[in-house]
Amino acid sequence: MIGSLTLVEKICESHRILSKEGMDLLFIDRHFVHEGSHHAFHKMSSSGREVRHPALTFGVADHYAPTGVGNPNETMSVMISRLRTNTAQHRIKSFDLDDARHGIVHVTMPEQGLSLPGTTIVCGDSHTATHGAFGAFAFGIGASEVAHVLATQTLWQKPVAPMRITITGCLPFGTSAKDLALYVIAQIGTGGAAGYAVEYAGDTIARLSIEGRMTLCNMTIEMGARSGIIPPDDITLAWLKGRALAPVGADWDAAVAQWRELKSDKNAKFQKEITIEASNVVPMVTWGTAPDQVAAVTAKVPSDGVDDAALRYMGLTAGQAIQAMPIDQAFIGSCTNGRYSDLLEASRVLRGSQIKVPLLISPGSAEVARQAEANGLVDIFIKAGATWARSGCSLCVGMNGDRVKPGQRCASTSNRNFKGRQGKGARTHLMSPAMVAAAAVAGCIVDVRQHDGYRQSGAVST
Amino acid sequence: MKPFTVLNGGCVLMPYENIDTDQLIPARFMNRTRASGYGGYLFYDLRYNASGGQIPEFELNKTNGSELILVSGHNFGCGSSREAAVYALLDYGFRAIVAPSFGDIFRNNASKNGLLTVPLADQEYTRFVRQLSQSEFKDVKIDLAKQTLGFKTSATFGFEIDPAIKRKMLQGIDDLAETLQYQAMIENFETKYLQNKQWLFPK
Ligand code: SF4
Repeated sequence: MIGSLTLVEKICESHRILSKEGMDLLFIDRHFVHEGSHHAFHKMSSSGREVRHPALTFGVADHYAPTGVGNPNETMSVMISRLRTNTAQHRIKSFDLDDARHGIVHVTMPEQGLSLPGTTIVCGDSHTATHGAFGAFAFGIGASEVAHVLATQTLWQKPVAPMRITITGCLPFGTSAKDLALYVIAQIGTGGAAGYAVEYAGDTIARLSIEGRMTLCNMTIEMGARSGIIPPDDITLAWLKGRALAPVGADWDAAVAQWRELKSDKNAKFQKEITIEASNVVPMVTWGTAPDQVAAVTAKVPSDGVDDAALRYMGLTAGQAIQAMPIDQAFIGSCTNGRYSDLLEASRVLRGSQIKVPLLISPGSAEVARQAEANGLVDIFIKAGATWARSGCSLCVGMNGDRVKPGQRCASTSNRNFKGRQGKGARTHLMSPAMVAAAAVAGCIVDVRQHDGYRQSGAVST
Repeated sequence: MKPFTVLNGGCVLMPYENIDTDQLIPARFMNRTRASGYGGYLFYDLRYNASGGQIPEFELNKTNGSELILVSGHNFGCGSSREAAVYALLDYGFRAIVAPSFGDIFRNNASKNGLLTVPLADQEYTRFVRQLSQSEFKDVKIDLAKQTLGFKTSATFGFEIDPAIKRKMLQGIDDLAETLQYQAMIENFETKYLQNKQWLFPK
């Protein structure tokens, strides 16, 4: 088999402790915990177990972090304090709300230099796939598995079939990694990568920034995949070098020597292969209640084989134009699009504009917030009339009290347009940060490519 | 974990695709402790209207709640990794879910808690649902050892399950208890592995 393994297969091989009945017991290099890990910690304490490797476990409060003004309500305080107590008890480094390093787990951990190539990374959160942007095999797990990793630093995994998505060509003006992700989902559906470990390849990926890679790997989960991965390259190493908790000195050199080897073999076998031409990507908007119910902004809500329940929930009719659809509010943030580069994109639209509907902007981490403040983005947002919030999951999931009211339509940079995701009865339209900003300014869904300020800002494709 | 061997019971049919974990258990209930029970919150926003009244058309509100099997469409349990979705189904009383396909993490979580997921190929699923809706007496039997699903008297359908998951579910064995038997192997591996992975530990 030498010379015919995929990157994920190689990572699994180097982390395999034993195999039994077709399952591999893998060593886990990085375990991220958040408030939602309370069930797992409870299992640990009720059975009197210790965390096997506190030094490889890192916590952060994000899902219940208050992003608006005022103090957290009782639920939020309880959830955040449970995490504080649990991590302190088990000597786990955790970024609490007052820690300058706090933020959304999938933004903050990479930013601190904790998401490293060739590692196995797990977290009790489905969007853990995000960390695949660094060439890690990263995937979400449930509470029972979180407890298993806490206690043993290992996890049982059935080998995942490899799939490759090759993307070639340049992303056109006005489109981003988010549009690319939604475009891929439009092509293959929410089950298109079900049960696969996806590897991205092609010249588009080779040029894509780390932030764009994170957005793409993050959304891979919406294709049904276990994970998404991009082999590490010079862009990855340059991004990681010097990060607060990244390896330094001799450790860095040793790591780099190992990371340089990380790629799929030439003859690696992928059980499914698809190719995407990036120059066909256009600004995308979801119209329904699953991420594959998505179309170009210039298209119409489909009328063939359309899901009636989704249309009813969304208050739409088949054949209706997506453009000019009025929205009630807008949200920029989340682990998909809450990074500095996303805010920069939004600022190109918002500079000198006034919003017509409420726009909540929640930075992906405290560090993103600092950069946005220092570089004048926050001034632009506030002048435009937007609400600049604190960092957290916020309106992506509505656990912290930020919610969209029933029947209200929200343009959102998050990753899920499920029924009730942003609040009971909420109608979510997923799109890129620039598209959400343009929608907030227009009060309806518009094509950001037509926005004068954005065109003149010299926005370039990624 | 309760062992799963043979299950006889009624079904609830919710033939929709992409029932995600946000629908199974809305995020705002996820702060509850396991002991306080999740059954009352299963499908909460589909079961109850804004004033807390039952929505009569919703499938679970049309039954007496004694069914043990939920039958649903493609990609059941997609979305977030919240294991609370499994707790809600179990606490409500379901022991098995039949669907053409499942969300990856959901299926994993279910197996760790003794909730059986039964995948049926598209055509088989259609046949099963047809029989289910014709049959007045919705008495379905699932035999995990034989990997069969069917009606007491007529046709049965086979289904796939990983051998390891099957064994653990039949015996009601917890993953963690089993892994701890390999403690020595884990420690040996770690010692060797961590030797040239010192960079994993932030300085
Ligand atoms: S931002 Fe949204 S998708 Fe990301 S971790 Fe938070 S809740 Fe999950």
